[in-house]
Amino acid sequence: MSDTLLDEKAEGEQLKLAAGGAWVAKNAAMLETQIDHAARQNAGAKRVDIDMAGIQRLDTFGAWLLERLVRSFTARGCQTNVTGLAEDYRALMDEVHNVKLDAMPHRRANSLAYAMESIGITMVSVGTSIASIVNLFGAVVVALLRVMAHPRSFRFTSMVHQLDNVAWRAVPIILLITFLIGCIIAQQGLFHFRKFGADVYVVDMVGILVLRELGVLIVAIMVAGRSGSAYTAELGSMKMREEIDALRTMGFDPIEVLILPRIAALIIGVPILTFLGSMAALYGGGLVCWLYGGIDPDIFLSRLKEAIALNTFQVGMIKAPFMALIVGVVACVEGLAVKGSAESLGLQTTASVVESIFLVIVLDGLFAIFFASIGM
Amino acid sequence: MAQQPKSNRKDVVIEVRDVVAGFGSHVVLNHVDLDVYRGEVLGFVGGSGAGKSVLMRTIIGLIHKRQGTIKVFGTDMGAATDAERRAVERRWGILFQQGALFSSLTVKENLEFPVREYLNLSQRLLDELAVAKLEMVGLDASVCDKFPSELSGGMTKRVALARALALDPEIVFLDEPTSGLDPIGAGDFDTLIATLQRTLGLTVFMVTHDLDSLHTVCDRIAVLADGKVIAAGPMETMLASEHPWLKAYFHGKRARLAEPSRK
Repeated sequence: MSDTLLDEKAEGEQLKLAAGGAWVAKNAAMLETQIDHAARQNAGAKRVDIDMAGIQRLDTFGAWLLERLVRSFTARGCQTNVTGLAEDYRALMDEVHNVKLDAMPHRRANSLAYAMESIGITMVSVGTSIASIVNLFGAVVVALLRVMAHPRSFRFTSMVHQLDNVAWRAVPIILLITFLIGCIIAQQGLFHFRKFGADVYVVDMVGILVLRELGVLIVAIMVAGRSGSAYTAELGSMKMREEIDALRTMGFDPIEVLILPRIAALIIGVPILTFLGSMAALYGGGLVCWLYGGIDPDIFLSRLKEAIALNTFQVGMIKAPFMALIVGVVACVEGLAVKGSAESLGLQTTASVVESIFLVIVLDGLFAIFFASIGM
Repeated sequence: MAQQPKSNRKDVVIEVRDVVAGFGSHVVLNHVDLDVYRGEVLGFVGGSGAGKSVLMRTIIGLIHKRQGTIKVFGTDMGAATDAERRAVERRWGILFQQGALFSSLTVKENLEFPVREYLNLSQRLLDELAVAKLEMVGLDASVCDKFPSELSGGMTKRVALARALALDPEIVFLDEPTSGLDPIGAGDFDTLIATLQRTLGLTVFMVTHDLDSLHTVCDRIAVLADGKVIAAGPMETMLASEHPWLKAYFHGKRARLAEPSRK
C-alpha cells in the first residue's frame, strides 16, 4: 500500500509537492493529515508547485483536499501552481474551486448563554402551551354551541367510532387493572389493620378510596396513556400530511369535524369506564377480604353499605367528565402542534401524555379541596 | 427486444436477467432483462403502475425477487454475502421520490451521516465536504442548519441528491427526480444531473415521466410495459419505433410540445 499520497521536496523558498496514489474517499482521512502537515511545515515557502500527474484516481474528497491545500498556500500570499492534472478532472476541480465556506453558520460557543436561552425557550413554551389549551377549549365550546344550534351537523358516526375505540375496547384492560388495584389495597389494608384488630375497617377504606379517588384517577391516567396518545398521534400525522389544511380549505372546521367527536366520545366514555373500574376494584377488594382476610361477602356488603353513602359515589363520578375533557383537550392541542418531522410527532405525543396525567392529578387535588369545603 | 449492437464493447455495471417480482398473486415484473452501461444516463420509462419503481427497488434490494439474477459491478446481489453487499451499497447513491431525508437531522447532518458512518474523517473535513456537495447541487452553506421540513420541494430534491452523492458513488438511482418541480426547476435539475454526470463520471439510472428530461439528459431509454422491457436504445430508436405504446408515449400530445425544445 502506498502511504505517500503527497511527497514533499523543499528547494529553498520553493516547495515541490508530488501527489501519488488514489485521492479518493477511502484515503481521505490519511490524505487530510498529510495535507495539513505539508501546509504547516512549509509556512515559509514563497512558491509552491503541486504535481498531480502521479495520481491514479481523484474524487470529490480528493479534489476538495487539493483545493484546501491550494487555498491554505494562497491565503499566505505564496504563488501556487497545480500541474499535470488529467483533463477528465478539470470540471471537478472547477466545481470545488467555486465552493465558498464563509456562509457556513457557526455554532455558538458560549454554553452558559445557550443554557439560559434554552431555559427561556422552555418557559415561553410552557406559557404558549397553556394559552393554546385555553384557546382550543374556547374553540371547542364555540363549536359545541354551533352544533347545538344545528344538531344535524354533529358527526354522530365519528363519535360512535371513537367511543368504540376509547371506551368499548378499553373495557378489558381497565377492568383488569382496577381489579388488581382493588386487590392490592385490600391486601395492604388487611395486613396493617390486623395489628390493631381493625380488620373490618378495610372495607371502609377500600370503599371510600376506590369510589372517591382511585377509580376515576386510575381510569383517567389509563385513558390519557391509551387514547390521549392515540389522539395526538392521529391528529399529528394528519397535520403532517396536510389533511387538516385540506379539510379547512373545503370549508369544514377541523375542530367540529375531528376534535369535537373525539372529546365528546371521551366525555361519555370515561364516566362509564370509571363506573366499571370502580365496581371491578370493589369486587377485587371484596375477593381479597374473603379469601385472605376471612371477611365473608355478606359482612363485606353490609359493612360497605354503612361505610359509603351515595355522595361518595357521586364525588367520583362528577370528576370523570372533567378528567375526560382535560385529557381530550390536551391530546388535541398537542396533536395540532406537530410539525413536519417524525421526531416532533414523538415529542408531542410524549408531551400530551405527561401533561394530561399531570393536569388530571392537579384537577383531582382541586376537586378534593372543593368537595371538602362544600362538605361532600 | 431491441439490443444495442455495440453492447458487448461497453462495460456493463448493472445486469438484470430474467427477473420476476410482484406482490401476492400480482406479478409486476415478468422475466425482465436490462443492461446499464458505465457512464451512461439511462432513462427508464413506462406507464404509471407499470413497475418502474419496482424494478429500481428490486435492483437496490428493497423488494425481493422471485426469480432471476441481478448483478451490480459484477457482484451477484442474490448470492452475495453481507460484506459484499455492503461493499456494493457503498458505491451507489439513491434519490428517493420524496427525498427521504432524515427529518430529525439538519441538512448538514443528513449529508454527513453516510460519510461519518463509512469513513473516519475529522469534523472540519465533514463540514467542508457537506458545503462542497451543497454547492455542487446549486445550494449554498446557508441551508446547512435547516431541517428538511423547512425546505421547499426543489430544495429537498437537491439536498437529497447531494446526500445520494455524499460518498462519491459510481451509480446514482433517481426515482422521478423532476416530479413536483416547476418547468424551470425541472430544467435546472436536468442540467444539474447532466453536469454532475460529466464531472463525477457517474452512471445514472433515472426513473422518469418527464419527456424533457428524456430528450435533454438521457443517453439511452428503456421502456417497461406488460412486465417486460419492450425497447431499449437512444431517443431516435424510440421515435422511429412502431410499437403502439411507444408511439402513444413519444408522439402524443405532450411529446409534441417537448420535442421542439431539443432543437
